[in-house]
Amino acid sequence: MVPEIPPARGDRVGPGPEAPKVIVATGLTQRFGSNTVFENVSFDVREGEVFVILGGSGCGKSTLLKLLIGLRRPTAGAISILGEDLLAADGEKRRLLLRRFGVMFQLGALFGSMTLLENVLLPLESFTDLPAEARLAIARSKLGMVGLGDATQKLPSEISGGMVKRAAIARAMALDPPLLFLDEPSAGLDPITSAGLDQLILTLARDLGVTFVIVTHELDSILTVADRVIMLDKAARGMIATGDPRELRATSTQPTVRAFFNRIAEAA
Amino acid sequence: MTALVLEGRLDAAAASSLWERTMRAASAPVAIDISRVTYCDGAGAALVLAAAARARAAGGGEIIGASEDVGAVIALTRKGGEAAATGQVVARPPESLALVVGRGAVNGARGMGDSITFLGEAISATVLTVLRPWTLRWDDTMRHAEEAGTRALPLIVMLGFLFGLILAFQSAIPMRQYGAEIFVANLVAVSVFRELGPLLAAVILAGRSGSAFAAEIGTMKVNEEVDALTTMGLDPFRFLVVPRLIAAIAIMPVLIAAMNLAAVAGMSTVMMSLGFPLVAISNQVVSWTSMGDVIGGVAKGMVFGAVVAGIGCARGMRTGAGPRAVGDSATSAVVGGIVSIVVLDGIFAVIFYLMGW
Repeated sequence: MVPEIPPARGDRVGPGPEAPKVIVATGLTQRFGSNTVFENVSFDVREGEVFVILGGSGCGKSTLLKLLIGLRRPTAGAISILGEDLLAADGEKRRLLLRRFGVMFQLGALFGSMTLLENVLLPLESFTDLPAEARLAIARSKLGMVGLGDATQKLPSEISGGMVKRAAIARAMALDPPLLFLDEPSAGLDPITSAGLDQLILTLARDLGVTFVIVTHELDSILTVADRVIMLDKAARGMIATGDPRELRATSTQPTVRAFFNRIAEAA
Repeated sequence: MTALVLEGRLDAAAASSLWERTMRAASAPVAIDISRVTYCDGAGAALVLAAAARARAAGGGEIIGASEDVGAVIALTRKGGEAAATGQVVARPPESLALVVGRGAVNGARGMGDSITFLGEAISATVLTVLRPWTLRWDDTMRHAEEAGTRALPLIVMLGFLFGLILAFQSAIPMRQYGAEIFVANLVAVSVFRELGPLLAAVILAGRSGSAFAAEIGTMKVNEEVDALTTMGLDPFRFLVVPRLIAAIAIMPVLIAAMNLAAVAGMSTVMMSLGFPLVAISNQVVSWTSMGDVIGGVAKGMVFGAVVAGIGCARGMRTGAGPRAVGDSATSAVVGGIVSIVVLDGIFAVIFYLMGW
């Protein structure tokens, strides 16, 4: 049975092809020794878009994300982010580029010895000359924005998994980056918390115009938040589909894409 | 055709006790009759399938009389077995000496390369921080100094006192034969100030703080916190390594001073019990030890502190994946730290000898 599109998406329409491109990935190939994870993956992400990288386990989604955020160099290919060549940037130029986007890691990656407020304050203290009072106000407002206004003094170990991910989004947004990367935001969360996180992503995209690049394989989340997706496949060692996920679900004739969107188990 | 009849509950316990007898019986051209089997789990199904396979080789092997439930379990087990037909538990052959040596050499060279890279990055980050002290994370540095220094003081004092006491007792016995017991004070003071104070303080630092540094940073690595720092444009070296390095270097003189004083107190306790007045003991200590002994020991100790903290941080930064990784890093930080300070101590001994100290 085809899952219904969750109602949270409303009448959202993603930016059209005329929108400026914030990420352009060309011919990305990643190999580990003789094992090719994917090759010749090319795509672009438009400003204001919620862009999802999806695929089954082991297809290279998280590896692709690591390439995009500069934690790993691809075996071949080029990546342009916010108009800068990510792979050519080094030293201070690279650090400046990294500060222009935020990342939420799969486990949140909040600093365990700091409160939520201190976690969000860290990038503000490190990279701005704002007075302490202003930094505090900004950090509080970011936490309030993700629904953690009453948990500012808590440590990461004192809050739930969903709250950790919200706090990680608040920290990633601290410097108001135009681009946010989220790694498996729904992983390990119950359906209600996961739906709340989807709603938050849509709200931030609509109200702040933030561009999201999200790695996930949660079908409900994909159908709710994604304007456009690319699908990676382990067997094909690369990209097998790109486009509006609702259209792909309805019209794709590619067997793996159909199986993914219609929840058909391979082993059956 | 003759039938081999299995009956009753065919679970793991029954399959274990029946396995050999069933296999012997199935070595003939028989059918496997399971019509009286009331329950069958995965182990029971494996027994039925193995018996059928054995009987098939002899010309029989038909499974007959399976109820719907039992038949379903057997069909699923057969399907799983066919899907994993190539899976075998095989003993790994011992690796050849050439392979072991080659892999050890490659890993050693890679580890040395990593260490050199780490050393370079740590030195550059520390020098930059010293030149721009306002960039140091003072709160973190003070916290690490408190953890590695203040909280280690009771242990340092206790061990130092006991060490001075034991050393004095042990040396007093042979010295008494020559009527030279008063020189026990000189022996303990010189050996503790020059050698044992810095060495023991560094060993305690390696055991308490080197392992803690490796475990803290290793856990941060596993939890992607180090990656988070990198993607935020923050240098993990200046954020994580430099505060710990500076804290360890700064607290070593304090730890060494506490160790030295406690050892002298322990020695004095023994000497006073042997009838020497405190003034005579302090005269011996002051007249036979120089400022060079104390400063040389402290300088050596500060280098030990930097090495212990550096190895702890390096092991933490190199923590791999998996549940054992953090424990392995902490263990290797302690072992690496202690071995390094003993080796360094030997090098210092030669340098001080050549310098005439």
